[in-house]
Formats: sequence, structure tokens, C-alpha cells
Amino acid sequence: MPTFFEDKQLVMPGDLLAEGGYAAGENAYKEDEKVFSAQLGLVDFEEKTIHVVALRSFYIPYVGDIVIGKVVDVGFNGWTLDINAPYAAMLKASDVFDRPFKPQRDDLSSIFNIGDLIVAKVVSYSRTRDPLLTISEPSLGKISKGQIVEVTPSKIPRLIGRQGSMISMLKRETGCHITLGQNGLVLVSGKTLEDEQLAIRAIRKVDAEAHTSGLTDRITKMIQKEKGGNESAQKDN
Amino acid sequence: MPRKTTKKLIDKKGVRVDGRKPNELRSIMIKAGVIENADGSAYIEQGRNKILVGVYGPREVHPRHLTQLDRALLRCRYHMAPFSVDERKSPAPSRREQELSKVITWAIEPSVFTDRFPRTSLDVFIEVLEANGGTRCAAITAASVALADAGIPMRDLVAACAAGKVGGQLVLDLMDVEDKMGDADLPVALLPSLNVITLLQMDGELSADEFEKALNLAINGCQQIHMIQREALKTRHIAVKQAVEE
Repeated sequence: MPTFFEDKQLVMPGDLLAEGGYAAGENAYKEDEKVFSAQLGLVDFEEKTIHVVALRSFYIPYVGDIVIGKVVDVGFNGWTLDINAPYAAMLKASDVFDRPFKPQRDDLSSIFNIGDLIVAKVVSYSRTRDPLLTISEPSLGKISKGQIVEVTPSKIPRLIGRQGSMISMLKRETGCHITLGQNGLVLVSGKTLEDEQLAIRAIRKVDAEAHTSGLTDRITKMIQKEKGGNESAQKDN
Repeated sequence: MPRKTTKKLIDKKGVRVDGRKPNELRSIMIKAGVIENADGSAYIEQGRNKILVGVYGPREVHPRHLTQLDRALLRCRYHMAPFSVDERKSPAPSRREQELSKVITWAIEPSVFTDRFPRTSLDVFIEVLEANGGTRCAAITAASVALADAGIPMRDLVAACAAGKVGGQLVLDLMDVEDKMGDADLPVALLPSLNVITLLQMDGELSADEFEKALNLAINGCQQIHMIQREALKTRHIAVKQAVEE
């Protein structure tokens, strides 16, 4: 039962990863006892399952995901949101009102209008039906402040880090509040514009260098160096 | 007035018009990720061919009625720039371009897991900036790199290359004059890791024996091109890795 690549090595679609006894995980497929890569990415051997962590990807909704969406249409009984996926997502008006909702009485555009950004959760999605969203949880709802950064959706796990090491470091070092959308959109809101911009630069760096080793340390250093630089610049003024 | 080529397509030493050996490819350069606005892109130079490919999607299908409920719709548009050939080519899609668009779609589709993202479309735009024979193969090669660059799940890359018969001899990777003046042309597209042929066309005459030899020659060419495709995808990400890990 040989494997043909080392852990974390770069593979292309069609590369033979292993033979016999292995299961194909994410972004891999199996044909006649052989496991092949289906993506440009890094191999990840997990016991007998082989995954490929994609370097470039698009977002496919998954039930339970937290996503950040933009209202693109206000309908009679709900809103249509762009969640950075090939499918348009629906948010129903009955989900927002805690009382029975009447289209004649309630003006939906006064709640969410076109262009509004919303943090929501995917409640249902299947191959045949477009994703349905909900905001009936405390942390969900309309975004009133902060900035949005776009990253490759497959790199969100890297941005979280092992047991949340990367994200907690980013929050601690920059003092910003960070909300990760599984669809590759990240909301950053901090006390000052400088804090937010620093966090955004750090997130962009993680996105660009997700496949390199020793990344958390490098990002910490970068933030501390830039923070130090800003403070001394302020003193000069 | 048609010019008469006095020069032979292959000289006594077995050297071709552009100085290549019979089983030699033209020099190939592929670059991935050249268009910022596209989801994936690639640029290929194969001899004097210059082709740019942009991939958009998966995204919603327009017009709506073309939606396929069980898989994604793969659409390719092969287009030649007006300045791509000696005599200005009308920019309107010609009959030949429509045919090539279809043929390229069929050559690429078996490699893509279209059933993983149903009700969407994947649009591949192929723009031939300069043409010098064998553009359909170069277009398939580049389109496959662009799809991989877009992060589309695929069974394999698709490498394409032509073989043929020129001046009574079997040759690899025909260029424009060899295609026009030669005896036969055999474009082949291959899934190199799975060893599956996804495109096989022939124009001209070959004996059964010659056909088999030419096919093997073309497959060999595809395998060489596959290595160049891999290099192109690798360089894009390795450069970042090396720069920061030093």
C-alpha cells in the first residue's frame, strides 16, 4: 500500500496519491483502489484518508456554515443574498419577524435594503435547492461597522489555525473583532482604522502564504513590528 | 497569386522547415494566473502560437433555460483575434471557430467533475492572439491549466498535441505550413495520468500502420506537454513559498 507523495507536498489534478487501502477524502477521488488528486493543492494524510487542501477554491454552501452575504434583491416575502457562491441564497422574512408577518403591512426594505451586508447561517442546502439562511441567533444579523476582506474559501481553516491559534492571535495582537464567513468573506472591526488595516494586511498575508510553514510566528512578528512602527511614528508627531 | 513553395518540408537530413527534428515539439511556455479579473487563467506560447485563456465560474447560468439540473454546464468559446493571422480575420465567430469551440468543450469536459456543482455554468474563453497551426491543441492545453488555476475539481489535466505526416514522414506537433502542405494531421487530447484519449481527429490519409505510429507519437508529445503544464502550475505557488521560507 504505497503512497507517492509526502505530507504537505504540492499536487496537481490527476496526480496518483496512493494505492490500495486508502480512502479518498476532500478534493480526492478513488478509482480501482487508486486515490488521485482532484485539485491543485497540498496533500494531507490523515490515517487512511487522504485529503487535498485546495490552494484556489470557490465556496459551496454547507448546512451550519456561518457566511457573510450581501443583499441583492428585496422580494415580497424575503431577501436574496449573494454569499459568494454559485447559488443565490434566500433569507425569509418570517425568520426576521418574531410576530406573524404580512406583506401588505411590513416594508421589508426598511429592515434590510439592497447592498446591506449580513452575517447569517446556512440552514438548508442541497444539490436541488438553493441555500436558505437564518439570522435568528445572537451573533448573526446586519453588519453596522467594520471592513470586509475577501480570501480564498479553502483558506478559512488556515485562518482559524490549529485549535484556533491563528485567529485568537490575530484578535489579541490587533485588538480587532474578527468574524469569519466560511464563504471566504471576513469581517474586521476595531477601535481605530489603523487597527483594522493592520488586521486586514495580516489576513491577506495568511491568504497568500497559507501553504508555507511557520506562518503563525511570521504573522505575529509582522504585526508586532508594524505596531511598533506606528507607535514610534505617532511619538514623532 | 498563390506562391509556390520551392523549399521541401523535410530536407535530406530529416530537418523540418523550422529546424526541428521529426519527433520534436516546438518550444512551449505556459504561465498560470495571468488575468486578475478571471477566476482562473493561463497563457501559452507554443512556437509562434500565442493563446490567452480565462475561466469564469462556477456561476449562475445565463440564459436560465440552459441550466442542467444534474451537472454544471461547461462552455468554451474559441476565438481568433483579427490580427492573429496574415490576412485580417473577421472578428465575427466563423464556422470553423464554432466547430473548434464544440470540439474543445468535448475534449475538456471528461476531465471536470461537473456533477459536483449542478445548476451552474463554467465559462472558458479562449482568445488566440497569434496562430501558427495546432491552435486547437494549444488551446486545450492552456484551458486545462486555467481550470486547475481556478480551483475547479478535475480528474486530471488535459494535454493535447498533434502528430501527422509531412513529406512522407511521420512528425510531431505540426505547424501551419506543415498542416497545409502535408499529407495528414492527427490532433490528440489525453488525460495523461489516467491514459484516456478525449479528442481524436484526423484529416488527410494515413495507413493503419502509420496511424498507430502517429497516435503513439502524439501521445508521447502529450506526456511531454503534461510536464510543462505541471511546471506552470507549480511555479505560481512555489515562488511564494520560497520567498517567505528563506
